[in-house]
Amino acid sequence: MIHREVELRTLLTEGLLGRSADYRRFLECLGPHLRAYYRNKLSRSGRGDTEAEDLVQETLMAVHTRRHTYDVTQPVTPWVYAIARYKLIDHLRRTRPGTADVPVEDAGELMAADDHTATESTLDVERLLARLPAKARLAIRSMKVEGLSAAEAAERAGMSETAVKVSVHRGLKALASFVGGRTK
Amino acid sequence: MKTDELIGLLGTSFEREPVGTPWMTRRLALAVAVGATAALFLALAFLGLRPGLTQARPLLFLALKVAFAAAVGGLALRYLVRAARPGGESRVHLGVVASPFLAVAALAGVSLSMTPPAHWHGQISGHTWLECLVSIPVIAIVPFAVITWAVRRFGAPTDLLRAGALVGLSAGAVSALGYSLHCMDDTVPFVAVWYGGTIAICTLAGALLGPRLLRW
Repeated sequence: MIHREVELRTLLTEGLLGRSADYRRFLECLGPHLRAYYRNKLSRSGRGDTEAEDLVQETLMAVHTRRHTYDVTQPVTPWVYAIARYKLIDHLRRTRPGTADVPVEDAGELMAADDHTATESTLDVERLLARLPAKARLAIRSMKVEGLSAAEAAERAGMSETAVKVSVHRGLKALASFVGGRTK
Repeated sequence: MKTDELIGLLGTSFEREPVGTPWMTRRLALAVAVGATAALFLALAFLGLRPGLTQARPLLFLALKVAFAAAVGGLALRYLVRAARPGGESRVHLGVVASPFLAVAALAGVSLSMTPPAHWHGQISGHTWLECLVSIPVIAIVPFAVITWAVRRFGAPTDLLRAGALVGLSAGAVSALGYSLHCMDDTVPFVAVWYGGTIAICTLAGALLGPRLLRW
């Protein structure tokens, strides 16, 4: 456990200094821990793995967009745990049975569709992208989904490199807020 | 979307931007400062500066009120910065937050013990207790809104009740700071009861509103 904390802390502090490889590795290390945590917690209340995966992603986004709230003098595990727990409580409160009542007449809908993507989250990146302004959508699709460099994306969009980076940054922030608020 | 894809998305969206400890602290301190300026402006514009500030006794009591409000506000900000971080609520010490209140209550006790009981009523309620009771919470609305906005925008509190209480406490403190420029009741028991009490009301209101307003 202590070993883990040291590793995560090194990755995050290096990441915050601008080493994106370390930062990415930090998020990758968190993923499995969060997944185990949410599956364990949600299975107790009879909820499925898709919901757990939603929460894993929501938490990763929260960690990313609120990474400046990490105090570098403090251990990183309690910080992540507090975010994970907050997101769990928030999720359970939003989706408690009383607020999710569905009319009985709609029972037929259950058999009308099936879903083979249970291990993925319900987030559809294209659907989310569609809600962004065109500039941000193009920039994110070029750089993050197709993997072009900032210079290539800038050339395609006819914008400056800085403008592309700004669009991507703002767009990702907006995406995170859509995800956080989508069931509110 | 698969989680690996999301991590790829987040991991590469990395710009050198202002991150790190002092950044959020500075933002929240700035919000409290803006709130204090607004409270000063409101108190001076709608209530006016008190007369007699060239004499020793009014100046002494103004200094006492300012010192009390500044001590409460400083501690509130110190712990608000902690409570605005995920998991930081465990580093909020309520006893320390309460210390300026206890100090002014002790001073008030000393002051009352040196006064005949027949004058206690006048010492405690002064002339303008009602104005004080109404003004401090009303003026506090503006700093409360500013600080709430800043905590939502820059922080990520995970104990919304406690974070809300600290927002209310800091808003009440800067509001009392502004009101002290107008307040003409110069006794320690008055400050203890009406300044302490109204700031406590603001704290309570913040604790009640926090879970609704501070969600992120």
